[in-house]
Amino acid sequence: MSQIAIVTSPVAALGRFVLFLLQEMGRLALFFLEGLVYIFYFPFQFFKIAEQVYFIGMKSVFVICLTGAFTGMVLGLQGYYTLVKFGSEGMLGPAVGLTLIRELGPVLAAIMVTARAGSAMAAEIGIMRISEQIDALNTMNINPVRFLFSPRLAGALISLPLLTAIFDVVGIFGGYLTGSLMLGISPGIYFSHMVEAVVMTDINGGFVKSVVFAGVVATITCYQGYYTHLRAEGFGAKGVGLATTSAVVFASVMILITDYVITSFML
Amino acid sequence: MSEPLIRFDDIHKRFGTNEVLNGVNLSVYEGEITTVIGKSGGGKSVLLKHIVGLMQQDEGRVLIEGKPLREMTRAERRAMKRRFSYMFQGNALFDSMTVYDNVALPLKEKTDMPKKEIPGQVEKKMDQLDLHDIHNKYPSQLSGGMQKRVALARALVTDPEIVLFDEPTTGLDPVRKNAVHSMISDYQQQFGFTGVIVSHEIPDVFYISQRIGMLDEGRIIFEGKPEDIQNSRDPLVQRFVQGFESRHDQLTGMAPQSQGEQRYREEIARMDRYQNVFSLILLTMDRIDGERKRDHEAHQTALKEFSQRIRNHLRLTDICSRYGMNKLMIILPNANQQQAEEVCAKLAANLQTTEGADALFGSEGCFRVTAGIAEAAKDSPIEQVLSAAEEARNPFYEFRVC
Repeated sequence: MSQIAIVTSPVAALGRFVLFLLQEMGRLALFFLEGLVYIFYFPFQFFKIAEQVYFIGMKSVFVICLTGAFTGMVLGLQGYYTLVKFGSEGMLGPAVGLTLIRELGPVLAAIMVTARAGSAMAAEIGIMRISEQIDALNTMNINPVRFLFSPRLAGALISLPLLTAIFDVVGIFGGYLTGSLMLGISPGIYFSHMVEAVVMTDINGGFVKSVVFAGVVATITCYQGYYTHLRAEGFGAKGVGLATTSAVVFASVMILITDYVITSFML
Repeated sequence: MSEPLIRFDDIHKRFGTNEVLNGVNLSVYEGEITTVIGKSGGGKSVLLKHIVGLMQQDEGRVLIEGKPLREMTRAERRAMKRRFSYMFQGNALFDSMTVYDNVALPLKEKTDMPKKEIPGQVEKKMDQLDLHDIHNKYPSQLSGGMQKRVALARALVTDPEIVLFDEPTTGLDPVRKNAVHSMISDYQQQFGFTGVIVSHEIPDVFYISQRIGMLDEGRIIFEGKPEDIQNSRDPLVQRFVQGFESRHDQLTGMAPQSQGEQRYREEIARMDRYQNVFSLILLTMDRIDGERKRDHEAHQTALKEFSQRIRNHLRLTDICSRYGMNKLMIILPNANQQQAEEVCAKLAANLQTTEGADALFGSEGCFRVTAGIAEAAKDSPIEQVLSAAEEARNPFYEFRVC
């Protein structure tokens, strides 16, 4: 290899990577915008959206309650033993409430939805892609993005804020279970301090996050499935498997990154 | 000849460094079935996908009614797509939907048909394709042949003007394969659509196609009628056809059409040399029980069974070959017209009495086999003798199996 090539090849590789990244981001953004616009296109897909609300929302309630309860319980335990060192165990209610409402509720609910519904959406759409079902929609003059993605996006936008609310409430009662019932903090203190500390801005912030995360989860998981055929490292069933893995990993990472970005804007 | 409905004009398509289509020129005419034949992985499906815009060519033009596809506006393209239907190689049925929903989907999503009328239209199409009592089943619960029929019902439910078939018989056994071909031919005649088939089923597709395009090394090396391709003197075309054609027709176990024609030419040569006579019998099998007329699988099973029994009753020197979707040709060397008639009468009698009509076909349904006999004259082309046999179809040899 010539000396010039030694110098330029890493630069070229970096350039290729950046171009690839830009192309992917652009395609992802267009995919999201197209899906969002088609939600409002006539005729509205009420039935399909309701189906997705049931699949993404209703079917996730159990797992959300379970993770919410244990998250609240562990927050209660950890919070109590930390606060008791400073004689501030009375502040456990606000600590649990604010942590859940501002951060953990939206983030963990979104990650749980990614794991449960997002992976299924990526796999389903991926299989439709490799078995030419998406091409079949195209040939029937049916817009695949409208038919497949828009109802899922709408379903996630409706479901995730509600699931986050359930997560928060169950988590708060989980904290109450360990903090008050097990470790002896007065329930009155736990709840009254929480009511004093939590303001509407916190709830709105959590709501905004959950809406953004819904968009992130639905878009990334559906996108990964939709473009399974473009994956260079695997075709067919292997490609769908890789798409599903990528969907869960990317969506989870993007949830954490967007969480940081939103939080930094809000504070 | 009239203006082609679809024309590929110097189409090039590359995937990386692999040039799959290397200047394809092909015309598809209205109301005809045009079949593109070629090796597996030779770019046939890629070519088909260019028609509906599932793939874009790197160079060249796809013209629909003379207008380049790329120059169409979005609205024009949408309107054009409404005229098409596509039957995929793997059927592409929506596996999470029932059969009814699969067939109804194009009507629900892309037509203005009132909701009340959709079940009637779906029912009608499913009935025409002999799909009964499977409305609430899922595609995975159906046999391969049944799935093909559902895919065909979905492709035809909007009454399209142009239907594209991507390897419609892949993975099917000979009976089902022939049933699908017969189905396509039957419905093309019934509904009058223009069909484009991509296939490597030679010679089966010759029986149902009006035009053949032969794709090799990314180019169309032959375009014309099926009989022209079989009679082509071009060594490349001959090699290609012979490479695909098996010694025996998979369904009937008889020689394929081209070999039947070859034997005919040999008999003509013998006639010249030794002054022999020979005759030809053309057997045509039709289904005549109205209601179940479209049970193509039963028809092909019956043809298979019938062919086997015919072979058992003929002399060793007689030459049988398949000569169309439901036609068999028998060459009787050293037999004049009268002797051939006697052989035929004996054959019919044997089939009726010794085998028993019901046992013969082993399936429900009524079939009629007509026999036409003609004696070959010196230097007479096969088409002439066959046409004489066709005209002389004698009801005396007609027998029904119900």
